[in-house]
Amino acid sequence: MTETERHDYDVLVIGAGGAGLRAAIEARERGLRVAIVCKSLFGKAHTVMAEGGCAAAMGNVAENDSWQVHFRDTMRGGKFLNSWRMAELHAKEAPDRVWELETWGALFDRTADGRIHQRNFGGHTYPRLAHVGDRTGLELIRTLQQRIVALQQADHAETGDFEARLRVFAECTVTELLRDDDGAVAGAFGYWRESGRFVVFSAPAVVLATGGIGKSFQVTSNSWEYTGDGQALALRAGADLVDMEFVQFHPTGMVWPPSVKGILVTEGVRGDGGVLRNADGERFMFRYVPDVFKGQYAQTEDEADRWYDDQENNRRTPDLLPRDEVARAINTEVKEGRGSPHGGVYLDIASRMAPEEIQRRLPSMYHQFRELADVDITAESMEVGPTCHYVMGGIDVDPDTGATSVPGLFAAGECAGGMHGSNRLGGNSLSDLLVFGRRAGIGAAEHVAGLAGRDAGRGAGRPAVRDEDVDAAAALAVAPFAGAGTDAGSGENPYTLHADLQRTMNDLVGIIRTEAEMRAALDRLGELRARLRDVVVSGHRQYNPGWHLALDLRNMLMVGEAVAASALRRTESRGGHTRDDHPALDAQWRHRVLVTRCVPGTPGGRDGVVPRVEVEAAERDPMRGDLLALFEIDELGKYYTPAELTAHPQGSGERGTT
Amino acid sequence: MTTARGVDARGVHSPGRAAVGSGTLRADRWWLAPAATTAGLLAFLVYGGVRAFQQQYFFADERYLTPFYSPCVSLGCASEPGAAHFGMFLPDSPLIPYAALSLPFLLGFRLTCYYYRKAYYRSIWLSPPACAVPEPHATYTGETRFPLVLQNVHRYFFYVALLVSLINTYDAVVAFRHPTDGFVVGVGNLVLLVNVALLWCYTVSCHSCRHVMGGRLTHFSKHPVRYRLWTWVSALNTRHMLFAWVTLGTLVLTDLYVALVAAGTITDLRLVG
Amino acid sequence: MSDTRLVRVWRGDADDGELVDFRVEVNEGEVMLDVLHRIQATQAPDLAVRWNCKAGKCGSCSAEINGRPRLLCMTRMSVFTEYDELVVTPLRTFPVIRDLVTDVSFNYAKAREIPSFTPPADLAPGEYRMAQVDVERSQEFRKCIECFLCQDVCHVVRDHEENKEAFAGPRFLMRVAELEMHPLDVADRVPAAQDEHGLGRCNITKCCTDVCPEGIKITDNALIPMKERVADRRYDPLVWLGRTISRRRGA
Repeated sequence: MTETERHDYDVLVIGAGGAGLRAAIEARERGLRVAIVCKSLFGKAHTVMAEGGCAAAMGNVAENDSWQVHFRDTMRGGKFLNSWRMAELHAKEAPDRVWELETWGALFDRTADGRIHQRNFGGHTYPRLAHVGDRTGLELIRTLQQRIVALQQADHAETGDFEARLRVFAECTVTELLRDDDGAVAGAFGYWRESGRFVVFSAPAVVLATGGIGKSFQVTSNSWEYTGDGQALALRAGADLVDMEFVQFHPTGMVWPPSVKGILVTEGVRGDGGVLRNADGERFMFRYVPDVFKGQYAQTEDEADRWYDDQENNRRTPDLLPRDEVARAINTEVKEGRGSPHGGVYLDIASRMAPEEIQRRLPSMYHQFRELADVDITAESMEVGPTCHYVMGGIDVDPDTGATSVPGLFAAGECAGGMHGSNRLGGNSLSDLLVFGRRAGIGAAEHVAGLAGRDAGRGAGRPAVRDEDVDAAAALAVAPFAGAGTDAGSGENPYTLHADLQRTMNDLVGIIRTEAEMRAALDRLGELRARLRDVVVSGHRQYNPGWHLALDLRNMLMVGEAVAASALRRTESRGGHTRDDHPALDAQWRHRVLVTRCVPGTPGGRDGVVPRVEVEAAERDPMRGDLLALFEIDELGKYYTPAELTAHPQGSGERGTT
Repeated sequence: MTTARGVDARGVHSPGRAAVGSGTLRADRWWLAPAATTAGLLAFLVYGGVRAFQQQYFFADERYLTPFYSPCVSLGCASEPGAAHFGMFLPDSPLIPYAALSLPFLLGFRLTCYYYRKAYYRSIWLSPPACAVPEPHATYTGETRFPLVLQNVHRYFFYVALLVSLINTYDAVVAFRHPTDGFVVGVGNLVLLVNVALLWCYTVSCHSCRHVMGGRLTHFSKHPVRYRLWTWVSALNTRHMLFAWVTLGTLVLTDLYVALVAAGTITDLRLVG
Repeated sequence: MSDTRLVRVWRGDADDGELVDFRVEVNEGEVMLDVLHRIQATQAPDLAVRWNCKAGKCGSCSAEINGRPRLLCMTRMSVFTEYDELVVTPLRTFPVIRDLVTDVSFNYAKAREIPSFTPPADLAPGEYRMAQVDVERSQEFRKCIECFLCQDVCHVVRDHEENKEAFAGPRFLMRVAELEMHPLDVADRVPAAQDEHGLGRCNITKCCTDVCPEGIKITDNALIPMKERVADRRYDPLVWLGRTISRRRGA
């Protein structure tokens, strides 16, 4: 078998963002030996990008806030598709998780009486987001990082070794989960990015906390790490994904220049007078006001322009239609050939307002683009289009423990699904990481304790890594080098493949979807799958980004297929899934979730590179009665089938049966 | 550009670091700032040294006393009646400046000033000459040992500098009174006033002052007055370097003005009286 | 508007390396990291570059451009004139791994040497009360994205490998200041700042502040205030006398 570096831990956490670090802290505090593996340096995870804040019903600013209100907001945001148990746990536990951060040194902005300040945010009834200016994610990751260091210092004081019980394996990528003969998780196989050398972790519990999938899309606010690793690892290990069709896009992200591609342009730009134009200079939004909104929006440019100054007597500009309508309009303009050179449309505020006025009203927008791209929004139009931001779907987990259907495998954070339903509220992701990161840590710790109880003695009762799996994973990992010497020229360049995948996902599985496009996308993904087998990388294994990308592409393709296949099945529009051919909510789809599974490939067969996935519908458990009773039956009536409403206290009489 | 590393390779040429070759790849004129700083500091020291020991042309129109001779406490100050406001007791010697009581402290205040330290460490001592440009010294211990550990007494020089600033203020105020003409305002008064105002700005914007005013507190909220003082000093402190250079200039110009009037080269224009 | 430029990138490993010339397309509005990505995609797929968020928020893509420490994602190509030679090298204070990637473990080791936040023992979670004015100084330091450009540019370790053991560097001296100024931290940070973290080696020449992409006033707001606090303890007989007297009275 392959000569490989080996490590033995109780719990292996893959991913060092908010969820991974919180899980690791919990498992270590419960006395276990924990390894954290992450692709980047320690403390660089995508969590740092979160700006808005961390939602928790502490009631510091609005006394009336409570977990019930937060729960209701979360369910409404997710259009009632959420895993209600996760939403419940999240709303109840978020305050404790935030307060705990303070004991580890976090410094949130304060209220006048010295408590944590909370700000308003879209979809939240009360000011609820604990924040530090607009860098809350950084505060969160740094605090957790420093807590890890504190635990390492405690271990050092006791044992003389900082890494006795908690070690961070930075710039190390896991390519495959390893299971024992019974199918339980036994560890993971990976490589050091720095040296390219392989490493095998043995651990009876693995927590996946790898984040999102944005790098499968051309325009995204996500970093390179977001390649869907956790989702794909879980699939290949036999776990399920849910809700993969729900991907959150923002209608106006920058599409050009490249230095700011994907970065969000706030809705405030349009609220303050910015207008959308196509390549002909036309303000096209007037052509896209749907019938349901007719009468609420201005029909002429003159009226729309008057609205900014006199909102009483004029109707608002259609540039401010709901997000999905704006996105649909931009999508159509681009597809019909009236887009900007880089596949977006123009957002013009420069010609409509004095430069000083723009700077005064939109200071952070102005400075951000000035600094990062030398784009002067007071002098030129921005090129904008939908940008991929967050994936609501993910690994199917038990709400209380984060356990997947594979024994010993847990998941938390963005890579886990269910919590946010079909659409995530701003501020709920950071609290999600903390609440479910901790719960996955507990789940993993109890799983390990359970094994130890079953068979006395350390090491006994633990699943064993199979050597043939290690060899197979190693062979798969070096495969991209194999073609290098033989048939140069015919090999696929990983960068080209990646660009093609991103274009496919962006054009066909983007913010607005149709059946025909989804079928086309699945075809193209099939072609890409075939081409990936011929991918060839040059150079050697030491810090070779081309090789790293070639291996990440396997995961991106799998999740891409999961998204496209799920989106094809769901014949309705809900939250982060908009079907042009099925534009309405459908109550029959509310209680159904789409589950993605891996089609078992023949071992060592060609599908071993990127196994196929299949999607089927399953029922969401009905909400517990006391939680259902938190909503008015009239509100639920918009989402639920009449039959489901009989479970509501007000629904047992005639109303429920009508 | 491949370079073999010597056995005594140090700094950016240490084993394990990227073998880039040149000590710095900076192609801009990084040497300009340290060169200009050296020139500026030397020019001031030469001018100040000459004037401190010149022992004449320090008092003009029977009321303008140059800051280089304040307080004038040497027996030699008798040559200009009215110049000594605080008595005369130091022996009159060509080796002892008339303001020997204040000058060493003012020099010490500026020598230990956090800004000037940066300025001369970079320019004169080349440690480092500019950011990411190697320094020539083989070893470096910073301010951990004698004599540089003495930089930590900056705050005492600050306390004395406060007293001297009060004396300079007194000089500027009494200069409005001419022994025979009574209250008068000349261009020289404005020169003295501007100079003393800027000296206050430099002195009060000092990092030690910022610390004393409130920087040393952990809980600003329990000391609202000191917090207010700290915020004011902090605002001035961001311009400490500016004041450091501006006051070198105004000191020289003020002194030059007084000297030229005293020597009769120019005449002080009376605005009032 | 697109242009072809000569970009010289250092390629190599711990043993040796050299500047390699690339002729590469540069478009309007691009940053250096975009250009390096184009080199990867079209000419050198194995060019090692460390990066992550590409928005100036994670501090991964630190390198040196024309001899100056900078973030690759925050360096717009438009700041260079057509006459400027463009030379990209790895950080020169840390051991190189490959191409533009360096081993920054020095920084993680230093982070571990600073005792963690120590809250009062009797304070339960949720009971923390801190005034905004009291947290603002530490909040400024917590803006740090740990790009380690300040550690790279600081001549104390850049020019003197032998100082690495005794000197924590600006980033971690700032961490000490952050905890020292934290309104609820009860640990005494001052003696260790001087004795263990090497504050006395800092000669306040301010290169750390100059290169900080977050604009943190490291020298004026962290290092000098810490030096003053050390002076309170070590070099100020008046403060020492006052403290002794008040301790007597208290006893």
